[in-house]
Amino acid sequence: MITLSINGKLLQAKEGEMLLTVIRQQGIDVPALCHHEAVEPFGACRLCTVEITRKEWDGWKNYVTSCLYPVEEGLIVQTHTGEVTQIRRTILDLLLASSPRSSVIQELAAEYGIDSCNYPVDPEGDDCILCGLCTRVCNALGMKAIATVERGKRKVVDTPFSKATADCIGCTICAQVCPTGNIKFQDRGKQRHIWYQDFKMATCSECGRSLDVTTAMVTYFSERQQLPEDYFELCTECKQRQTVDKFNTIIDRSEEVF
Amino acid sequence: MCIKNSRQLKQVQRDFLNRDKQFTRKALICCGTGCLANGAQTIVDQFEALLKKKRIKGFSVEAVRSTGCHGFCEQGPLVIIEPEDIFYTKVKISQVEEIIDTTIRKGEVIEKLLFTNPVDGQKITHYPDVGFFAHQQRIALRNLGKIAPHDINEYIANDGYTALYKTLHEMKPQDVIDEIKKSRLRGRGGGGFSAGRKWQTCADVESEIRYVICNGDEGDPGAFMDRSILEGDPHAVLEGMIIAAYAVGAHHGYIYVREEYPLAVVHMQKAIEDCRKTGLLGENIFGSGFSFDIRIARGAGAFVCGESSALMKSVAGEVGEPRAKYVRSVVKGLYDQPTVLNNVETFANVPVIIAKGADWYSKIGTPKSTGTKVFSLVGKVRNTGLIEVPMGITLRQIIFDVGGGIIDDRPFKAVQTGGPSGGCLPESMLDLPVDFDTLTDNGSMMGSGGMIVMDDRTCMVDIARYFLEFLVNESCGKCVPCREGLYQLHGMVKQVCEGKATESDLERMEQLSEVIVRGSLCGLGQSGPNPLLSTLRYFKDEYLEHILNKRCPAGVCRDLITYTINDKCTGCTLCARACGDDAITGEKKGLHVIDQDKCTQCGACMAVCNFDAVEVH
Repeated sequence: MITLSINGKLLQAKEGEMLLTVIRQQGIDVPALCHHEAVEPFGACRLCTVEITRKEWDGWKNYVTSCLYPVEEGLIVQTHTGEVTQIRRTILDLLLASSPRSSVIQELAAEYGIDSCNYPVDPEGDDCILCGLCTRVCNALGMKAIATVERGKRKVVDTPFSKATADCIGCTICAQVCPTGNIKFQDRGKQRHIWYQDFKMATCSECGRSLDVTTAMVTYFSERQQLPEDYFELCTECKQRQTVDKFNTIIDRSEEVF
Repeated sequence: MCIKNSRQLKQVQRDFLNRDKQFTRKALICCGTGCLANGAQTIVDQFEALLKKKRIKGFSVEAVRSTGCHGFCEQGPLVIIEPEDIFYTKVKISQVEEIIDTTIRKGEVIEKLLFTNPVDGQKITHYPDVGFFAHQQRIALRNLGKIAPHDINEYIANDGYTALYKTLHEMKPQDVIDEIKKSRLRGRGGGGFSAGRKWQTCADVESEIRYVICNGDEGDPGAFMDRSILEGDPHAVLEGMIIAAYAVGAHHGYIYVREEYPLAVVHMQKAIEDCRKTGLLGENIFGSGFSFDIRIARGAGAFVCGESSALMKSVAGEVGEPRAKYVRSVVKGLYDQPTVLNNVETFANVPVIIAKGADWYSKIGTPKSTGTKVFSLVGKVRNTGLIEVPMGITLRQIIFDVGGGIIDDRPFKAVQTGGPSGGCLPESMLDLPVDFDTLTDNGSMMGSGGMIVMDDRTCMVDIARYFLEFLVNESCGKCVPCREGLYQLHGMVKQVCEGKATESDLERMEQLSEVIVRGSLCGLGQSGPNPLLSTLRYFKDEYLEHILNKRCPAGVCRDLITYTINDKCTGCTLCARACGDDAITGEKKGLHVIDQDKCTQCGACMAVCNFDAVEVH
């Protein structure tokens, strides 16, 4: 175990744990928009920046992103000093200028005392803050259908050449992890639209209802997880009914025996 | 042929030198990118064509050598006649025959082709007497302009690969690391981290696989140090890399070269192939049992890919974005394996340190910054180009002795060092010794060695705006402070240039800069506000002049200046013809006038006027 101090309190943490995890376990509210337990930490939004120092540093301090910084013996961490708050406030202010309509950013900015943005606002700015969560989960699931394109202010999340790609299976995991809800998709009956293409929804072979997964997802996951061929054939209700029917047959037969 | 022992190495050396002895004279033609652009290849072709017809005793086509860059590109194409070291500049095809007939045949000097010293107007005959070269001390650039880069035998003839032989046969890996540590060689890519310590850390990490990477992703505007070394002396870099690989126990290496350096890629590829054929790369190098091979990875030209972690991602085929280096890349680098990454110039220094010893090397320069540093000296100096000077030399010596002073004797204003994220130093700092720590302490940095000299007609606010614009375009966009912060900072500096800023904006700019420095993920963002901070530190008056008096003292910021024509005008009509906006009117031989409503302050009239009749206020 490793002993470190967070906001003056001595704590024990496991080696290899990241500071942000330990800080949040203490119930301390440190914001982070690009962090998700399912994927490797990234350090893009910089909101989880904290101040660190050590006794032997003689007053020298450093500012690090806690999502990426592994716990260290003897580390002294402060999560809400004036300088740290100033960093977070400026970052939120900058995000407010580039994504002025995002309610998530607006609320967070208000929490840090920003009523109105102090920089020229981009009226065209969408809600994407380029946290990279969508591309990272897509990558982690093995599809790699979307990635960041271009760099700097021109950077966007997109499919290759802004066209429908065979790599996308329409799972919408990108939309679900997006912290600002910028990635949109439409489910219309038996069709789903996302990333420039329409996906056919798989239906229950019994009752014909939508299974809430695309046929592309069925193919992809059946192959990847080596699921039985009929795994995605029935909806939950029909599956349950079939199971009940099976049991009933067994009970009927056993009654015949006794 | 495979070289397995020192006898065979010496044989290659002797063979080459014996062959050279049959020539009474040699013609070295610079074929670096700069001279090639000036037509150097046609000069080489002309030499070859003429020598097919002419017979000269002690001279033949083999004595005509295409060499690497001398660094004096603005005087190219350059031709040097050995052994007298006669130095010809701006040679034209039509003059080749005269060179052969007069200089090579008779040893006589052709006056008109000699270099004119811009300071006193005197003609200089011999290469080492040219001020630009006389004040230099060339270690990393030792072979540039002297040998043919595509001939491994000529490199060997100039003591090449003897350091590698010594390393593999006489030294243990730890001895090599100790020697480099003792030399106190610091990384030449910008950070100035101790190369020996880096190698030691890499060697100490427990791992089966280690990598050595050479960083040739030189992205600073105006810098071409690494390109010239890769093009002009590829074997020096390879030798340094193989020595490093032996020291840390790596068997795979990469050279990361920008796609924009096609000649460097060609020469390096040839050098690697020659090394493989000669047994200097691949299995069992020099018969020592040590194996190492190098591949070239080509970068697509993103500035940020010069940052170590972004470079490694790019080599691995991923998006070139930096990662936080709380665990350093020397511990967990390419494919998560321990990786030594050094700059081209750093590797080029290594063979000399091994050959001549750390004691010799560490006496050059200053105690904390040993050795020499290559700079690309550009801007408003008389002699521009690539220079290598000992550390600790003053800025004044570089600019006035090597550089020959400011063009037209205009007043010196500032020197920008360290590339886009470096800083500008004013005249009062001219006597500062140039070393890693002094430059950083004074708000600039060594960087990879860019050095841009500016005269009084340079606006420091405009310079800050220019470099910020560069950084905004080159930010990878991963982290918010760099992507959005530098963008907003650039916008604020632009407001100053346009005369729309207020005094309180300066304070806001400084506050934002502080957050960008503290909050950014990699070095690009952390040093991104430097162009602003250093100009604000030394040239605050100029900012205030823009803000309070809506005036650009240097006459650069378009929104704050007006061009007028004074009575020196002779009515030559040159300005009226140069004006793209039809803003200048006037009769031939009569005084011309600028229509201020039409004028877009492009400055074309001032540039063409031969009578100093166009003024800017």
